[in-house]
Amino acid sequence: MSEHVVSLTVDGVEVKVPAGTPVIQAAERAGSVVPHYCYHPGIPSRPAQCRMCLVEIEGQPKLQPSCVMIAQEGMIVHTQSEQALEARRSVIEFLLLNHPLDCPICDAAGQCMLQDYAYETGQLSSRYEEPKLVLGRDRIAEDILYFADRCIICTRCVRFMEDIAGDNSLVVAQRGHKAYIDTFPGQELEHAFRGNIVDVCPVGALVHEDFVFKARAWDMDTAPGICAGCSQGCNIEVNVKENQVVRVKPRYNADVNGYWMCDEGRRHLVMANRGLRLDVPMIRRGDVLEAVTWSEAIEWIAASAPWGAGGVAVVHPGESNETLFALRELIGALGIAGGGYRMSRGEEVELPGFPRLKLRQDRAPNGAGAELFGFSETDAVPVPEAGQTLLVAGDRLLDAGSDYGAQAGFYVYLGTHMTEGASSATVILPLAGAGEADGTYVNFDGLVQRFHQAMQPPGVARPGWMVIDRLLREVEPDRPPMRDVAAAFGSMAAATPELEGLSWRGLGLKGGRTAGRATVTGAR
Amino acid sequence: MGYPYSHDLEVGTILSRHFGDESARRLNVWQEYGGYAALAKAVGMDATQITGIVKDSGLRGRGGAGFPTGLKWSFMPQEPTGPHYLCCNADESEPGAFKDREILRWVPHLLIEGCLIAARAIRAEHVYIYVRGEYFPYTRILNDAVVEAYEAGFIGPDILGSGWDCELTVHIGAGAYIAGEETGLMSSLVGGRAEPRVKPPFPAQSGVFGRPTTVNNVETLAAVPMILSEGSAWYRQWGTERSPGTKLWCCSGHLERPGTYELPLGIPLRDIIYDVCGGIRNGKKLKAVIPGGSSTALLTASELDCASTYEGMQEAGSSLGTASPIVMDEDTNIVRAIRRTAEFYAHESCGQCVQCREGTAWVAKILHRIEMGDGRLADIDTLYDLCEQLTGRTICVLADSVVFPLRSSLDKFRADYEALIGGRA
Repeated sequence: MSEHVVSLTVDGVEVKVPAGTPVIQAAERAGSVVPHYCYHPGIPSRPAQCRMCLVEIEGQPKLQPSCVMIAQEGMIVHTQSEQALEARRSVIEFLLLNHPLDCPICDAAGQCMLQDYAYETGQLSSRYEEPKLVLGRDRIAEDILYFADRCIICTRCVRFMEDIAGDNSLVVAQRGHKAYIDTFPGQELEHAFRGNIVDVCPVGALVHEDFVFKARAWDMDTAPGICAGCSQGCNIEVNVKENQVVRVKPRYNADVNGYWMCDEGRRHLVMANRGLRLDVPMIRRGDVLEAVTWSEAIEWIAASAPWGAGGVAVVHPGESNETLFALRELIGALGIAGGGYRMSRGEEVELPGFPRLKLRQDRAPNGAGAELFGFSETDAVPVPEAGQTLLVAGDRLLDAGSDYGAQAGFYVYLGTHMTEGASSATVILPLAGAGEADGTYVNFDGLVQRFHQAMQPPGVARPGWMVIDRLLREVEPDRPPMRDVAAAFGSMAAATPELEGLSWRGLGLKGGRTAGRATVTGAR
Repeated sequence: MGYPYSHDLEVGTILSRHFGDESARRLNVWQEYGGYAALAKAVGMDATQITGIVKDSGLRGRGGAGFPTGLKWSFMPQEPTGPHYLCCNADESEPGAFKDREILRWVPHLLIEGCLIAARAIRAEHVYIYVRGEYFPYTRILNDAVVEAYEAGFIGPDILGSGWDCELTVHIGAGAYIAGEETGLMSSLVGGRAEPRVKPPFPAQSGVFGRPTTVNNVETLAAVPMILSEGSAWYRQWGTERSPGTKLWCCSGHLERPGTYELPLGIPLRDIIYDVCGGIRNGKKLKAVIPGGSSTALLTASELDCASTYEGMQEAGSSLGTASPIVMDEDTNIVRAIRRTAEFYAHESCGQCVQCREGTAWVAKILHRIEMGDGRLADIDTLYDLCEQLTGRTICVLADSVVFPLRSSLDKFRADYEALIGGRA
C-alpha cells in the first residue's frame, strides 16, 4: 500500500483515501454524510465549533469532530452510533432554544440545514420554557440582510470573507449566546464577492435583499446555467418562479468557479431580460413594422433578401456558439465578408483565496466563441453604404440613433430588445434572451460549457440558431436540419476543427476543452 | 508570608516571603534580597539542564490543570528553526483566584526572573506576559519592574554578558475569562478574539504567531527561580511525591481570615479552612466549599478531610484547580450561588461551540427560575441531562467547568433545590 493512501472503516464500509483527508470527507466516500454546519468544503479554516459532525472513533474516549480529525490507517469510525446520534440531537436542541422557528416566513425554509436536521432528529417539542433571546436584524451590506435570531454562529460567512475574499470587515460581535455577526461600527460590507456569504449560510440568517420574501424553495424551477456577466463562465444555478429569475447561485465546478461567483454575475441574469422585449417577428411595410408569423417572416426574407450581394454585419459576444455559428452561415449566404462584435469591458476583480476565479475584464460570456467563428472585435457598429445589406444580431445598439441603418438596402435585426437603433430595420426577428435557451459558451480559458433553458422566452421569440437554421433551410431546402440544440452543436462541431471530439452530451455539466487553439487569443 | 494574614503552617520562602513589602518591588531592594541570582546561574546552564532540574522538582502547572512543568518544556523543539515564544498566563480570571495578582503586585521581579529562566529552558527569544485587563494597577507595578530589569541588563540583548538575548513584553487583555485558556490567550495576544481552538496542533508546535510556544501560569514561573537556586531536592521537602512544593491558597468566602497563604501541598483541606483561615465567620457552620476556584465540584462539611494535593482533591471528587476555596456558611442559598456561577460562565462563553453557547445560558435560566420559586421537579432532570450534554463535547473545558459545581450541587444539595421547587411537578 502506498504511504499516500490510508484505508479506514466508516460505518462498516472500508474506504481508501489520500493521506491527510479529514474523516468527514472519508465518510462521504463511504456513503455516510455527517451532518455539519461550520465545515464547508470550500473554506479552508476549520474551527470545529458547531460540534455537529462529532463521530465516534474506536479507541478515542471522547467523540471527535470529523471535520478536523484526519483519517488514519486502520481507523474505525461510527457516524451513526448511539453516542454520536445523541450528541447530534442535543446540538439541534441547543440550536433551537433561541431560534425563532419562523420557517413559514423564512427564505431558507426548504433549503435549511437546521430544518433538515431538526426533522431528522425528530424533536417535535422543546424542553426550553424560558423566553427566547431576541437579537433583531441588521443590514450587513447594501443588499444583504442579517437575521441575528436565526443565526447559528457557524461563522462560515466570516471565514469566507477572511479566507477567500481576503477581507476582514465581517466579524463575530459580542460572545456567548449573545454573539452575532456584524461589521465594524459605521461600516458596511463592501466586496465584489460578498453575495457568497448568503450561499454559505446554512440557515436563513443571511438573505439577499433582492430575494427576500420572493419565493419559497419548493415553488422555484431550477436550471443549470453559465453566468453571462463576464468571460469567466461561472457555473450557476438559475432559480425561476413564474418565468422570472428570482435568484442566481453559484453551481460547483472545481475548474472554473469552485463554490463561488461575484455579485455582478448574480445581478446579470436578473437584469438582462428587463426592458422592452421583442416577442414577435416584424416586417417593414411602408412606414410601419408589422407583426407577422414566423412562417410569413421566414418566407418573406427568403424571397426578398439580397442573397449573395454582400454588406456589413455585427454580432454580439453574448450569443451562444450555436447561434454564432449559424450567424456565420447566414452572413456567408448573404455574401457578407466577416463580421464584427463589440465587447464591453470593466475592471478586473480578484478573489484572493480562490485565484482561479476573477470577475474578468471582458464583460460578456462568449468573446472567445465569437473569435472562434471568425468574428473580430470592433469599437463601433458598422455603417452600411447606401443600398447595402446590414445585419445586426444581439448587439443592443445602445449608442445608435433612430436613423441608424436607414440608408441600408436591407436591414435585418435579430435581438431580444426593441431599441432605437432597430427602428429603421427591414425585418426584426425576436430572439430568446439569457436563460431562455440552451447552448454553449467558450470561456476565457477555452472551456466549452453548456447552459440550459431556465424559463420561456416572451411571445414567440426563439433561440438564434433555430431561427437562422429555419431561414437557411428555406433558402437551401437540402440543408440538414438542426432539430435540437444537440444537433446544432453537432453541426457546429463538425464544421469547426477546434471543437473536434466534443459533443453536446459529452460536455455534460463540467464542460470540455477546445482543441488546438485551447486558449482563444484576445480573450481577457 | 501570606497577605493580609499569615500563619505558622506557611512556608513562605518560595513565593510569598515579600508579600506586603512594597520596597521589594524595587530592583535594588530585590537584589539585596537575593533576586536575579538564579538568573545568573541559569545563563551559565543550557536548556536541557534547566529543564532537567525543573522536571526533577516535580513542579506542576499552577494554572489549574497541574501538568508537569518540566515535561511541558521538553515538548518544545530542541533545535529551533525560528522564533520560540514563552507566554506567561497572568489572565487570572477564575472566580475565587487571586494568587497571581499577589505575585504581580508584590514580587514582580520574581515573575520576571522566572520568565527569563523558563525562556532559556525552552530557547525562547521573546516572553509575553498576558495580564488580564482588570489588573491594570498591578500591570503598572509589573511594567515599572520590567523597565528596571531592562535597564539593569536582565532583559534584552546579551543578558548578564552571556551573549543570550531575550525580550519581554507585557500585554494587557481586554477582559475575557476564556483568554485564560492557553489557545484563547494566544489568539487574543496576536490580535484575534479570545477563542480557544482545537488541539492539535499543540502550542509547542504552533502557538503565538504560528510558532512553538509554551504557556505557563504566573505562579508556576514564579516558583522556578528558587527551584533553580536551591535544587529540586530542596523543593521536594514540601508536599507529596506527586504534588511537591508549596502552593498559594486564595481563601475567600465566609471565613474569619480570608486571604492568600503559601502552604505546603498536602495539608488537609479542613486544616486550611479551620486552622489557617480561622474557621467560619461568626462561629457559623460550613455548608459547602468550592475548593479550587468556581469550576470545581462542591465539597460538603463531611468531605474536608482530603489532602490538599492534585491527587487528594481528585480522590475527594473535586479538583485542586487554582487552590482557591470559596467557603459558604450554613445560611448560603446554594441554588443562588450556583445560579450566579452559571451566569458567569454563560457570560464568559466565547460562543463558538453550540453546547457551551446555548447550554450555559439555558442552565443559568433554569436555575434562575428555580431560585425565583417557579421551578418544577422536571427541571432537576433537565439539569442533570444538560450536565451530560455539556461534558466533553466542546473545544475547551468551559462548558465542563459549569458542570462540576452544578452536578455536585444537585447531588449533594438536592434538598435545597426541592425546597425551592416546593413539590411542583
